Amino acid sequence: MNPSETIISVRDLRLSFGPKIIQQNVSFDLKRGSIFAVMGGSGCGKSTLLKSMIGLLRPTAGQILVGQEDYWAQNDKRRTDINHRFGVLFQSAALWSSMTVGENVALPLEMFTTLPPHVIRRLVELKLGFVGMEQAIDLMPSEISGGMRKRAGLARAIALDPDILFFDEPSAGLDPITSARLDNLILTLRDGLGATIVIVSHELPSLFAIADDGIFLDAVTHKPIAHGAPRDLRDHCTIPEVMAFMNRQADISPTDETKG
Amino acid sequence: MAARCQLFSLIMAATPFGGGGQVETCALMSPHIMTDPTSHTAPQYAAQPPEKPVWTLEGEPNVPCLTLRGTWTVQSGGMAPFPPDGLGQTQGTLTFETQGITGWDSAFVSFLWDVKQAASHAGVQFDPQGLPPTAQRLLALLPDAPAPSKAANHKKPPLLERVGGNTLAILNETGTVSELALETAKGACKALTGKSGMRLKDLASDIWNAGPSALLIVGIVNFLVGAILAFVGLVELRRFAAEIYVANLVGIACAREISAIMTAIVMAGRTGGAYAARISTMLGNEEIDALQVFGIPVSSYILLPSILSLGLMMPLLYIYGTLIAIFGGFVVSVSMMDISPMGYLNTTFDGIALREFVFGFVKSFFFASFIALAACRVGLQAGRSAADVGIAATRAVVIGIVGIIAMDAIFAVMATALGI
Repeated sequence: MNPSETIISVRDLRLSFGPKIIQQNVSFDLKRGSIFAVMGGSGCGKSTLLKSMIGLLRPTAGQILVGQEDYWAQNDKRRTDINHRFGVLFQSAALWSSMTVGENVALPLEMFTTLPPHVIRRLVELKLGFVGMEQAIDLMPSEISGGMRKRAGLARAIALDPDILFFDEPSAGLDPITSARLDNLILTLRDGLGATIVIVSHELPSLFAIADDGIFLDAVTHKPIAHGAPRDLRDHCTIPEVMAFMNRQADISPTDETKG
Repeated sequence: MAARCQLFSLIMAATPFGGGGQVETCALMSPHIMTDPTSHTAPQYAAQPPEKPVWTLEGEPNVPCLTLRGTWTVQSGGMAPFPPDGLGQTQGTLTFETQGITGWDSAFVSFLWDVKQAASHAGVQFDPQGLPPTAQRLLALLPDAPAPSKAANHKKPPLLERVGGNTLAILNETGTVSELALETAKGACKALTGKSGMRLKDLASDIWNAGPSALLIVGIVNFLVGAILAFVGLVELRRFAAEIYVANLVGIACAREISAIMTAIVMAGRTGGAYAARISTMLGNEEIDALQVFGIPVSSYILLPSILSLGLMMPLLYIYGTLIAIFGGFVVSVSMMDISPMGYLNTTFDGIALREFVFGFVKSFFFASFIALAACRVGLQAGRSAADVGIAATRAVVIGIVGIIAMDAIFAVMATALGI
């Protein structure tokens, strides 16, 4: 339980669709208990990087070490087992529309544990309680608002008490208050569950508030151009692209070569 | 508030639900996840088997203290409920003593939530200071009293109300479908003069999907139906030495009824289902909303190409299907009885009057319009989720097939009455 222990290590990862390279030379370490931000402009491959970390897209080169294991070198069964340590909140929450909110949270518990139904019900109530949704347990996803769907998705992501939580644009489409509440919730869950969190986002206030480490992907060079906490990058980084991103500048003078 | 000083002690052993500590360990529920990430000690439970979780309510009635011991993890059976009246006559402030806890996860928080609710219910102050700090943070997220579950109201209305409601719905539906059909027909008229909102590209791709790409499946089905008819006919007609009339049987049956129906059923399953699924997915993606905001009529943009393409293609598919069915009968007959191929073909085309083909052709057009219109309507009124897309596709196919057969019955009655 060493807080500085590396829980996921990404080594020289290259992601591509056919001949089109999305990102290359991506390397970083994910420390236990940290909140790691994957930043960058639209279309730079943030979500693609996330997909390769949760087993949806095989990288064309490089390694992802989860603990000591090379994630993509494992067979499908082992990779699924590793995935049980992950909880993922998808961009549009991705609740299964034919099930109630409660059944959505209960399904992973029913599939992957041998717990009796009343215990599962109790756990579902608890997880929905964490996100303030316990009253919506019997509603269908189509009957609740977007913000509630996000929170229900979060409850489903923490259903199996995961080690590592992945959030794809957690505050996209939410109002500032709901978004700030979600940030607090993420921090509380991190501390309470002892989870490590990876966030893909370009919501600056939210990133400054919660993230303590990160990587900045560049869409032009297809490489990460900066590493560090978003707060530090905002205050100390001299790379024009990063500065423009962090300070919300519309136009920057184009640079031919990128430092970093 | 008389100071009742008798010491009371209530000891309860939490009942584990499974096989005690022998529940198989799953990687996903590894209990150490829930322990304090800031503590540098190795998880203690690893060395020792999980202890039974035990809680004890001690102390004086106005200074109650809940002492917790053991392993409170889900997998080791630590999911103990706290009875809602477990605090009894306790008053004052409830404190916690958790020195004896050897491991905990969601099960522990769940138990504490029960305690918190019971305390709130009994009017007892709740002091979480004695709990692990991380558990305190999680507990703070949980409400004192759970709000009543907002279950959707699915109560059945009384019979009369249902009958009335359904009648109104049917009338309403008839009106809506007629309106759609009318608008589409208007759009078609406009299209003739080149003024409709329909894009020719959409029409071309719809025609391709409803026509040429269905040739194989329509061909296979009709070939087999023709062959089966010939088989059945041969067995029966051989007893009367009238095998040659198999040609008439297959030809007339297919031209008049069977090919039209089989082709329509195949297309209802193939194209009707696809239309409904496509439109309901567009609805889910707010694409239909976008059309409406721009003022692009849904009827001319989506319905017209769909209905027009199927209406144009299905009569042609019917002709093709009939010929293939006759060919299927021909193959079976020639291989099973000694009749010259030319003789069979001559009998066939002598036996079928042109009006049989015309009748089938006209029927096919109506079948096609019905399938396309019904599928589009079903798609447009579908819900917005993935499950709704499935329901819409199913309904479109079912309505299409049932409707075709019902329409065919009406056509048969009309044909008899008119002497066609």
